Amino acid sequence: MPDATGLELIAHELRERIPGSVEDTRYQRESAALIVSPERVLDVLGWLAAEPAQRYHFLASLHAADYLPAEPRFAVHYELLNMQRVERLLVKAPLSDPGEPELPEIDSCVELFPTADLQEREAYDMFGIHFRGHPDLRRVLMPDDYGGYPQRRDFPLGGEPVLFTHNEHEVPRWFE
Amino acid sequence: MSTEAFEQVTGVTAERTAHNGDADGLEHELFTINFGPHHPATHGVLRLIVTLEGEVVRELTPVIGYVHTGIEKSCEDKSYWKVIPLIERMDYLAYYFNALAFCMCVERLLDEDVPPRAQYLRVIHCELNRIHSHLVWLGTSALDLGAISIFWYCFRERDKILDLFEASSGQRMHTRYIQVGGVMEDIPARWDHKVLGFVNDMEQRVGQYEALLDRNEIFLQRTKGIGVVGRDRLLALGVTGPLLRAAGFPWDLRKVAPYSSYEQFDFKIPVGTEGDCYDRYRVRVAEMRQSCRIIRQAVEGLPDGPFITTNRKIALPPRHELATSMEALIHHFKLVTEGFRVPPGEAYLPIESPRGELGCFVVADGSAKPARVHMRDPSFVNLQALREMAVGGYIADLITNLAMLDPILGGIDR
Repeated sequence: MPDATGLELIAHELRERIPGSVEDTRYQRESAALIVSPERVLDVLGWLAAEPAQRYHFLASLHAADYLPAEPRFAVHYELLNMQRVERLLVKAPLSDPGEPELPEIDSCVELFPTADLQEREAYDMFGIHFRGHPDLRRVLMPDDYGGYPQRRDFPLGGEPVLFTHNEHEVPRWFE
Repeated sequence: MSTEAFEQVTGVTAERTAHNGDADGLEHELFTINFGPHHPATHGVLRLIVTLEGEVVRELTPVIGYVHTGIEKSCEDKSYWKVIPLIERMDYLAYYFNALAFCMCVERLLDEDVPPRAQYLRVIHCELNRIHSHLVWLGTSALDLGAISIFWYCFRERDKILDLFEASSGQRMHTRYIQVGGVMEDIPARWDHKVLGFVNDMEQRVGQYEALLDRNEIFLQRTKGIGVVGRDRLLALGVTGPLLRAAGFPWDLRKVAPYSSYEQFDFKIPVGTEGDCYDRYRVRVAEMRQSCRIIRQAVEGLPDGPFITTNRKIALPPRHELATSMEALIHHFKLVTEGFRVPPGEAYLPIESPRGELGCFVVADGSAKPARVHMRDPSFVNLQALREMAVGGYIADLITNLAMLDPILGGIDR
């Protein structure tokens, strides 16, 4: 991991190279995080991957989280890894909820990191985060005709009707 | 049979490719066929939509989600210690690893240290689990390629490992042995001798598996030179674990970022040279040997001391204290009814599972339940490489590629 000083150096350089990119930094529990404006996230990821002094070229994980009731509500996490120095860096892009039926939007990083393909689809499936420019943004784990985004914090756990022959006509949308 | 008649009979669409006319006949037509989800060779409930030109795979799309059970969502409604049995059921061949990733992540959030004996016990169980996982992989993969006897031999040894798990934790699978702060209980008397006996046995058995497969002409022809994807492309696709090491990239989190006192053991990281299916097989078999080495060192050097943290806010007090100590009773009551609270924060913690980087991401909001649990499952990410491994090869090689990829659908769908 870059230490607290190293993180500030990265943030400083990013602020100079890409104005308006880094909103905040956070260093806790031996992990470094850059909080980045969602409009600039692709530039930041591209710079971190290509810059010879950084070379965070491996995207270990991409996942989303819902921080309800905090604002901005969602965040997309990019766990970057420099394999030479074995350093991990979290790039976190907070996203506000535009409200139904609109979805929070962020640029897709599939061009830069092909590994993000399925993971962005999962984030879309579970949190309803729209990745602009994703080649094939469909649901991946839930059924194609599913309504709602189940891992949002305001999506109820349970309560989904189970289909039996006696209620198959009453349960909405069962035949679609 | 004409194209139209073929479509009518089979329900499969056949479209002519642009470059050849009508005269070439069926072998230049593209067929889109459905493969799975319920087929033994898919190692679970994986569905592939495969476009074939004759016997050659031209396009491949995995369809997943058939065993999605919403474990991540269910975890948000359970206190931290009740999450462990759920999380173990994700990658059902690597249950110790799932529990370890989650517990280590929560320990980081709690800033809690694990006693050395617990770390060693975790290592012993995880490495036994790695052998177990690779044995299931070897048996079923060889079965996919037509070799049935090795399946019985692998499952014979697997059963011995499950016996060891049963002796140490009371369960054969999904043992819930690893706890936040340590392990559930100390190993029973003479369990360590049983483990050493098994390890000595296992090292010979690995040689026997190799004797069955290494000079088997059919096995060699079906694996050598199959499914090669360049190292840089594998990295871009996020592939980790034996698949990456088979391509000659010595990346193993146990070595590069040691956790749970892996830095105290002497072991090697097997790597391949070609990156074909044969190398993937060789790397995993060699890993079983290295796991045996680690287990032997861990059992022989097992330190004394507590097997779980003595912090009563996290771990249950020993049973005998409940009769004499009021404080112990209160702690017991609080832990069993509410569970422990974790200060707000978030952490991502990766470990090396039998299939690659298994990362656990936990968001804590200060209550006794996690606000978000996410597993970065290596099978889920590695599956994206299947298309590049299989396209351009024969459909029979697709089976080999899928087998050597070792996807666990419980982990993919979670």
